[in-house]
Amino acid sequence: MTADHPRLPPRRRFFALGRNELQGLFWQVLVVGIAVAVIAFLWSNTVTNLSARRITTGFAFLGREAGMPIADSLLAYNPRDTYFWAFVVGIANTLRVAVIGIVLATILGTLIGISRLSANWLLSRLAAVYVETLRDIPLLLQLLFWYVLMQALPAARAAWRPIEGVFLSNRGLILPAIPFGPPQLAVLGTAVLGCAVFYVIRRWLVAQQMRDGRPRPAWSFALGLIVVMPVAVSLALGVSWSIEWPQLRGFNFVGGLTLAPEYFALLIALVTYTSAFIAEIVRSGIQSVPRGQWDAANALGLRRSFMLRQIILPQALRVIVPPMTSQYLNLTKNSSLAVAIGYQDVVSIANTTLNQTGQAIEAIALIMAVFLTISLSISFFMNWYNARIALVER
Amino acid sequence: MTAITDIPEAPRAARRPQLGNPVLRWLRTNLFSSIPNGILTVVLLALLAKGILSFVQWGMANAVWLTPAHDSSACRAVRGVGACWAIIPEKYRFILFGTYPFNEQWRPALSVVLFIALYYLSTRRALWRRELVFLWIGALALISVLMWGGVFGLSFVSQDRWGGLPVTLILATFGLAFGFPLGILVALGRRSKLPAIRSLSVLYVELIRGVPLVSLLFMASVMFPLFMPAGFNIDKLLRAQIAIILFAGAYLAEVIRGGLQAVPRGQYEAADALGLSYWRKHRLIVLPQAIRHVIPPLVNTFIAFFKDTSLVLIIGIFDLLTTAKTAIIDPAWQQFSVEVYIFVAAIYFVFCFAMSRYSRSLEAPTTPK
Repeated sequence: MTADHPRLPPRRRFFALGRNELQGLFWQVLVVGIAVAVIAFLWSNTVTNLSARRITTGFAFLGREAGMPIADSLLAYNPRDTYFWAFVVGIANTLRVAVIGIVLATILGTLIGISRLSANWLLSRLAAVYVETLRDIPLLLQLLFWYVLMQALPAARAAWRPIEGVFLSNRGLILPAIPFGPPQLAVLGTAVLGCAVFYVIRRWLVAQQMRDGRPRPAWSFALGLIVVMPVAVSLALGVSWSIEWPQLRGFNFVGGLTLAPEYFALLIALVTYTSAFIAEIVRSGIQSVPRGQWDAANALGLRRSFMLRQIILPQALRVIVPPMTSQYLNLTKNSSLAVAIGYQDVVSIANTTLNQTGQAIEAIALIMAVFLTISLSISFFMNWYNARIALVER
Repeated sequence: MTAITDIPEAPRAARRPQLGNPVLRWLRTNLFSSIPNGILTVVLLALLAKGILSFVQWGMANAVWLTPAHDSSACRAVRGVGACWAIIPEKYRFILFGTYPFNEQWRPALSVVLFIALYYLSTRRALWRRELVFLWIGALALISVLMWGGVFGLSFVSQDRWGGLPVTLILATFGLAFGFPLGILVALGRRSKLPAIRSLSVLYVELIRGVPLVSLLFMASVMFPLFMPAGFNIDKLLRAQIAIILFAGAYLAEVIRGGLQAVPRGQYEAADALGLSYWRKHRLIVLPQAIRHVIPPLVNTFIAFFKDTSLVLIIGIFDLLTTAKTAIIDPAWQQFSVEVYIFVAAIYFVFCFAMSRYSRSLEAPTTPK
């Protein structure tokens, strides 16, 4: 570019835009125009239809009495409560099955993913069969299948007792439980507080070690803050931790923790189905760590647990976390299949509301808003976690 | 660089002399390599034997295979100890074809065969040419003629009477046939330099992927009539089909976008240098490469999507799962739903397993010729 080019005279431009920009503008105006026209068309139709059917739009119905029974809920509810409260109960039910499902599916999926890599031929084949079978059958079919099995269980009087104190019957799964009240919560709160304080202290200790290289063991702090402190609080307050054993009275059970058949079937279906996908993710994550990393860690003479924790896992997690996020999102969205077996999650309650009030748009908008919020929160959290463990390149 | 790659591979560890029976040796290395491993093997074998034994007892030894038509007494006699496979010969016509006129059921059966032939031909690499598009259009048109009838002396069958496996295959195949071009357009839109088109594409993809398919189906079944001008209404099956197409489009768009990102910049630049227009550049240069990159994840999306068509049960469309569920409403056969679900699960499994095998065969490194 040494030679001085004679400047070309500027071409005449239409509105000072080049041909490409003009084309771009044309396409954008066209697409946006079509989108706006379609939406306006649908909107005007909807308004006409609603006024023809005398349906008032808006969320005023949320304040009215719901009058629908909700059998299984975490929060106090009775049919005289408002639609708004029914929705809150539904959201709590969705979150209950999603959160517990995510935790259990992660544990089960990790175990199966590791089993697939086992040196034991039989174990790895069984894990492979599990994964292949569950992945290739629709979740809804599996859900219906579990629900049918659940209903075919014996009545409460003849309940199965796999372990003492655990009952499995057509009333669901009944487990012994510790009754939880404010005193127990206070002890649990102390333990959580202990964890938080320990986390801060550990960071400080690690920072100190970074400065002078002297290791400072943190286990005494862990013991004191997470174990001794809550135990001391428990003893000081005289909190009772007695286990409540379920008893058969008449035709039903009293005491203990009851997982209703709908909830239990949904939980089993979601956990087993998602665990098959998680197993594949965990397997490919572990396999993605190059052999050299194992060999190098072995050559350094590291203990196996240390090697897994400090060398292998951090590298495998980089591969595992992004697809795991989408599995968690899938599990949460799939929990909406609850409507097929009558577990009252937010979709099921919105569906009942829709049938009772005719407020179709509002009910579906609420479902979508709830799921968008949950999806965005999970992906926000997982992105934050992913950024934390991501490879920091020079 | 050649100096490094030219180093011959380190010789494998010299073969240790292998003694003993090869079967015993295999057992030793794969099942009994250590004491804990041996214990694990024995425990697993015991559990497996117990599982297989109880399944054989329930599903074969004590099972009822055939009963006189419409008579479930033999089945009810073995209830709880044996399976009632007799429900399958009793109900299979309804499960597979729903309420399609009984004497005309060769038409949906032939449609299923056509669908399977179409899938098979689409997996052949040698046929991945432009003609494949015409093959699809032709096959889908032929299937429509078979299912609807009304021409060539075939009696007309309205789609309210369609059901079972053909409906599942129709929802999946048409969903794909329309969702795929939609996905390509949206993927291109999401990578476009034009802000309005890009943000519309992002909005569409994130909105659809953020909500469950159930809510889209509800929207199609409940809200769609509100969206349309008064007096204009379309069939429930078509409404569900539209929801499924929109759903598939968003998921396929994300997979295709991954493929577009994998195409090297130089390819775009070379196409520009040849003076190709935007559409010709993508049609001739970019998309063929992009789609080849993502065939395995595309097939996985197809599998997920094939299974997801079963969700139309919730809005009461008679696909394979709904006909199965309806077949066991019959009071005489009500208690034998497990057998019906196993039968239907086997059908879904065959389709999905074939697809996943195919996807794996594509992922396997191809040997250079």
